[in-house]
Amino acid sequence: MIETKNVNFYYGSFHAIKNVNMKMKSNSAIALIGPSGCGKSTFLRLFNRMNDEIPGAKLEGECWINGKDIYTKHTQVDMLRKNVGMVFQKPNPFPKSIFENVAYGLKVNGIKDRAFITKKVEESLTAAALWDEVKYKLNKSAFELSGGQQQRLCIARALAVSPSILLMDEPASALDPISTAKIEELIHVLKQQYTIVIVTHNMQQAARVSDKTAFFMYGELVEYSDTKKMFLAPEKEETQNYITGRFG
Amino acid sequence: MKRLIDTLIEQLIKMSGAVTEITVLLIIVFLFKEGAGLFNASEVEKGYTVLVHSENTVERLSPKELKEVFDGNIENWEKLGGKDEAIRIFRFDEIFSIYTEDELGKDYVLLPEKLEEVISADPTIIAYIPQKYLPTNLQGIKELAKMNISLTDFYIGKEWIPTATPAPLFGILPLLLGTLLVSFIAILIAIPLGVGVAIYLAEIANERVRKLLKPAIELLAGIPSVVYGFFGLVVIAPIIQKIGGLDLGETAFAGSLVLAIMALPTIISIAEDAMRTIPKAMRDASLALGATKWQTIYKVIIPFASSGIAAAVVLGIGRAIGETMAVLMVTGNAAVIPNSIFESVRTIPATIAAELGEAPGGGAHYQALFMLGCVLFIITLIISIVAEVISSRKIIKE
Repeated sequence: MIETKNVNFYYGSFHAIKNVNMKMKSNSAIALIGPSGCGKSTFLRLFNRMNDEIPGAKLEGECWINGKDIYTKHTQVDMLRKNVGMVFQKPNPFPKSIFENVAYGLKVNGIKDRAFITKKVEESLTAAALWDEVKYKLNKSAFELSGGQQQRLCIARALAVSPSILLMDEPASALDPISTAKIEELIHVLKQQYTIVIVTHNMQQAARVSDKTAFFMYGELVEYSDTKKMFLAPEKEETQNYITGRFG
Repeated sequence: MKRLIDTLIEQLIKMSGAVTEITVLLIIVFLFKEGAGLFNASEVEKGYTVLVHSENTVERLSPKELKEVFDGNIENWEKLGGKDEAIRIFRFDEIFSIYTEDELGKDYVLLPEKLEEVISADPTIIAYIPQKYLPTNLQGIKELAKMNISLTDFYIGKEWIPTATPAPLFGILPLLLGTLLVSFIAILIAIPLGVGVAIYLAEIANERVRKLLKPAIELLAGIPSVVYGFFGLVVIAPIIQKIGGLDLGETAFAGSLVLAIMALPTIISIAEDAMRTIPKAMRDASLALGATKWQTIYKVIIPFASSGIAAAVVLGIGRAIGETMAVLMVTGNAAVIPNSIFESVRTIPATIAAELGEAPGGGAHYQALFMLGCVLFIITLIISIVAEVISSRKIIKE
């Protein structure tokens, strides 16, 4: 369960997110759509506090995950990020072996048990539908994989630390259609166990993978409803215009 | 017309390239040509010769033995493979106390004859005289066979006494060890500091601090080395002397400290650049998995930038080994094999700088200094090649 209360976000003097109130149910897929620069990626990055890394950024309002305010002084950001995994726009595996990529999250979180790590790596790669393709070359460099495989490796890497939420920032935008289809299939399976928040530019993709969709424009949440309803009968005119491709 | 200018410019650029390459080549050829002459040079100073009595069984002496004899450390021919007799050293000047100017004749025409008289009269004598007064009649006199300075004398000789008479000693071991010791300690100090500052600048410092600090550090690289030397001489050496309770502050350690300070800007600047080329996505990926900042630095950033860091270190070493002025000023300039870092040493570049002015052109000393230059050139060449290999490794890997 993710909830934002009156969230405002600023980059210096730029008001990037304007007073957003939103609730997201566990074990479902929520798509964030909207034109470029509307603040949807910024909004996504609030939930694992990746915006903390940006100098001059400022947040107002509250952000709750599973009944906890994640922006208190006592919040341990590294523990939060362990619970809220993230997959980025471009595949960004480490220049290490496939095995080491998946094991990285476990190791930095203090797990040393070799047998457990090996088991977890296999589970995660299986969950990311990559195991069969890489099981004989776990010690090869991650850079030897194709773009689509690399992205699934990044998903496996995020899954390895057992998060409950997975944030995806346009995870298929740099991939070919076949790899994209594989990722989408994966999201379908994963949303039964994880809460998935996915930013996408691709309307069809949002329609295909998500249960609920939120439409952002100029930093405001314009409309938020069930995906089916959003695409068949949007309430607002802006939404209608955007999803029919009249702008954006 | 347009085409003409084009060809003209192209030719000019080609020419400048060619000129540069030829210049580099000429310098190297010149260096080795001058240096290589050393091994054809006689051990005895040019224009001089060493004579003994013809009954003496000793045929030849090494530079080391000659020095020991004339220093009075070897007093008996037996030690040199001759008969058990005390050695009598005859220096050229003594001839003037035996004979008057008149007896030697006008323009010393009779001097060779008189030399012959003196030397042939004493079977235990060893005389060191100018070649031009060599007696024409060698009865009762024997000229010691002249040996060339050998490669082993040069490369593993333990003493560097280029002004010793009659036979100067050109053993580069003390200089080589001095250079390596000073550079090694300098690098030992500079690597952790330099890499640490690079990490701080690239990962921890905020943009304002970085914008201020980076140019300042790069400015350090532009300060003339003599200024560093002065600083070392006036500040660092006395501190070392006081803290260590030493007789003399100008030690290998002082040189190392000054060199470390001088190598820092290179190491920091290049290592920091290497770390900043790491894609932000790498950092984000690590942080998003729950790694702390420090974990991200040592598990992702440092391994990723390792080839850049290694190149920085190697270039830093290169700077340290070739540095002349600052080291000349603070290491105390004693050409002896160092036993500890708190003793005075002399490095190869410092030796060349200090002695070239007083070495007669074309002489053995002069050639020995050039040979030192060759040794230094080879060391830095190896370092450059290593740097090249390391920094190109990353490209191959990806």
